[in-house]
Amino acid sequence: MQVSTESYVMLSMVLFSLGVMGVLLKRNAILVFMSVELMLNAANLALAAFARHWGQEGGHLFVFFVITVAAAEVAVGLALIVAIFRSKKSINIDELHQMEG
Amino acid sequence: MEHYPQLIPLIILIPSIGAFINFFWGAKLSERGVSIVATTASSLAFLVAVLLYAYLSGSGYQAAVVNPPLLNGWIRLPGVEIPWQLRVDTLSVTMMLVVTGVGSLIHLYSAGYMHGDERFSRYFAYLNMFLAFMLVLVVGNNLLMMFVGWEGVGLCSFLLIGFWFDRANGIGWRNSNAAKKAMILNRIGDFGVLMAIFLTFWTFHTLDFYKPGEVAVVNAGETTQTLADKSGAASTTEGGSTVTLNPETGEIVNTDNTQVATNQLGIFGQAQRMIAANATVQLGPFNWSISTIITLITLFMLLGAAGKSAQIPLFVWLPDAMAGPTPVSALMHAATMVTAGVYLMVRSNVFFANAPLTSLVVTLIGTGTALVAGYIALGQWDIKRVLAYSTVSQLGFMVAAVGVGAYSAAIFHLVTHAFFKALLFLGSGSVIHGMEHGHHEAAHHGAHDEHGHDAHEEPFDPQDMRNMGGLRHKMPITYWTYVFGTLALAGIFPFAGFWSKDEILASSWLRGLFGDSNNIGGFIALAGLLAAAALTAFYMWRQVVTVFHGDPRTEAADHATESSAVMTIPLIVLAFFSLFVGFINTPNFILFKSIFGEDRFTEWLSQSVLNAHVVEFQPLLALIALGVAVTAMILAGRIYGHNKAVVNHDRDPLELQPETAPLWAFANARMYWDATYYRLFENPFNVASKFLADTLDWAFWHDWFHNMVLARGFNAIATFLGKPVDLGLIDGAVNGVGSLARAISGRLRRVQTGYVRTYAVTILLGVVVVIIVLLLPMLNGNG
Repeated sequence: MQVSTESYVMLSMVLFSLGVMGVLLKRNAILVFMSVELMLNAANLALAAFARHWGQEGGHLFVFFVITVAAAEVAVGLALIVAIFRSKKSINIDELHQMEG
Repeated sequence: MEHYPQLIPLIILIPSIGAFINFFWGAKLSERGVSIVATTASSLAFLVAVLLYAYLSGSGYQAAVVNPPLLNGWIRLPGVEIPWQLRVDTLSVTMMLVVTGVGSLIHLYSAGYMHGDERFSRYFAYLNMFLAFMLVLVVGNNLLMMFVGWEGVGLCSFLLIGFWFDRANGIGWRNSNAAKKAMILNRIGDFGVLMAIFLTFWTFHTLDFYKPGEVAVVNAGETTQTLADKSGAASTTEGGSTVTLNPETGEIVNTDNTQVATNQLGIFGQAQRMIAANATVQLGPFNWSISTIITLITLFMLLGAAGKSAQIPLFVWLPDAMAGPTPVSALMHAATMVTAGVYLMVRSNVFFANAPLTSLVVTLIGTGTALVAGYIALGQWDIKRVLAYSTVSQLGFMVAAVGVGAYSAAIFHLVTHAFFKALLFLGSGSVIHGMEHGHHEAAHHGAHDEHGHDAHEEPFDPQDMRNMGGLRHKMPITYWTYVFGTLALAGIFPFAGFWSKDEILASSWLRGLFGDSNNIGGFIALAGLLAAAALTAFYMWRQVVTVFHGDPRTEAADHATESSAVMTIPLIVLAFFSLFVGFINTPNFILFKSIFGEDRFTEWLSQSVLNAHVVEFQPLLALIALGVAVTAMILAGRIYGHNKAVVNHDRDPLELQPETAPLWAFANARMYWDATYYRLFENPFNVASKFLADTLDWAFWHDWFHNMVLARGFNAIATFLGKPVDLGLIDGAVNGVGSLARAISGRLRRVQTGYVRTYAVTILLGVVVVIIVLLLPMLNGNG
């Protein structure tokens, strides 16, 4: 059975929108982080779908880059969250607004 | 010998170097060193003058024009060529001998007189500078060089008259005022000289007296050869006509000036030709004949001479000029300064001889000055003031001589007068010195002035003849030399003044009888000068009697002592010359011709002064003049003998006689001449300057104009610029920008919430916008 590219893109859009909403609405930093990952992977899905659709390998290549960068980002991001938790004893991002103008 | 004229720059250079050394290093030298430098400098200058005299005598009176080395020309402009050339001829050498000879003796005397003065070296520097400028004046070969010297001696006289400007008790003020008076009156004369120079240049396009190679005095007769000197300047005259050699070929180019183009001649040569051709000169809108121009030039020269040589109406500075140290008075009255005017007129004899109107004016002014000054001298008590007026009077003789065309007599009288007037001034200096010494001595002995029993103690005046008397025994050398000078000045046979004064009188007489113009001037001069000679003899004998005869009238006179040798030696030398210098120009008279020759000085001078001529001796006139002088002296001796009036009343005997009292008072008041000048010029000038200073400058300009216009206007503008412009506009703009930025930033900072979410939404919206912007053209393309 051949799944159409539209379905992949639709799924990707849904996943991305979920990720966006997660980032905007969640208070827990971990969850925000996970939502970011969701958005990245939605993008990856779209890239892979388009790569398949056009029969070109550039999309796959980009997916690998994104996965690599996401891995590095996770490492840095989790480290930040741990550091914030250590000082704040909380990872509620609504409490993190020292940068307020 | 033929290279001696090349020495002439030294005669200016040596006194200048002396002045330079004393001016800059005099403070480090001792008094002895300073006076040695100065006296050596002037003596060396005298030596140069003697060498030049030897050159002239040995070479047949060849006049030479020298271009000094290293000084190639002076003023060079298109159409204007004024070289710095020095002239050696009989007239200039005569002046050099007098200036440096008498000047050296005065230097020597000053070394004694100025002993202990705090500005000793400066005094001698000025004295040397005075000599240097006077020598520039007499050796210059053009009018402008002469003017340099003319101004220079004016400056030096100012410096020396006011030399004691810091004396206490207001005397310093009196001295510096006298200096200013001399300066200002000379300035009026200088205006005349400048105008004469301008007119001369306009007319002749040159200022040279005689160009190099030109023959000054052309006479028919024997011919002599001349040699060209290195500069190609060769001109000679000897007892007749002259030849000039071509410097390259040695050929004879001209025997007189006939082959020289008119514009190649000096001013006098050109003037003679223009007069002969009756030329006209374009002067602005006027077209005047040459004789009018020459009359104008000579009148301006007369004004200059009246300033320098102290003639009416500018003579009032000279009597005040005795405020300077006495040797300075001697130098100024005898050798330098006052002789400059007479020298100028004799040098320009070609002009004066061709201006009959000027000659008459000159005669009148000279005679008038001789009379007026002689009369004023009768009523003076100051020993130096009497002598000063006598100088003015004698200068009147010289000027009158120029007026009647007796140029050689004028210079002859100048020479003899230089000796006996220097002698008299130095003698009076010796008297003053002795009186000051005596006063000092008397004060030491605790004795008080017997005649000074006034309620308030007056300062002692060592120059007042009333304080003197009986100095004959205290100061014998001074006395005898002074008598020699007096006899010479009074014109007593055989002293120097007799010969020179007699020549002037004889010239006037002959001018009146046989002259082709100015006859009336000749008679006026004869009568006036005879009367002036009588006055001269009278006031001089009055002075001798009051100063030296009788008994001492004060303690100071009683304690007076003879001056030191350094002061008396010049007196003796000058007394010797006062007796003998007249013999250089003895006329053809009894034995004198065989002993001293006949009219040697006139012959010598006529080699450079075109219009100098021998005057026949007039025995009758000489006898009358001698009789008048002797009578006047006897009269003075009878009136002043034993000084009774002076001793008993402290008054002049003439003052006590009711008949003569007003006359004496008029003379004593100096004929109100100075007072009239004060009323006419000085006081209005003071009032005007007071008005200008107090009212116009201070009240109007400084107070009113500055306060009301400048200060107020400035304040108004400053207020306007300060408040509305600076505070309002500029500060408002700057502050406005600031508060605007503050307000905007106050609003904008709210954007920064610090919540991650906000930033995320912002980024999202931004991305959406970007995507829309990217996609919009696609939609349009599809639609």
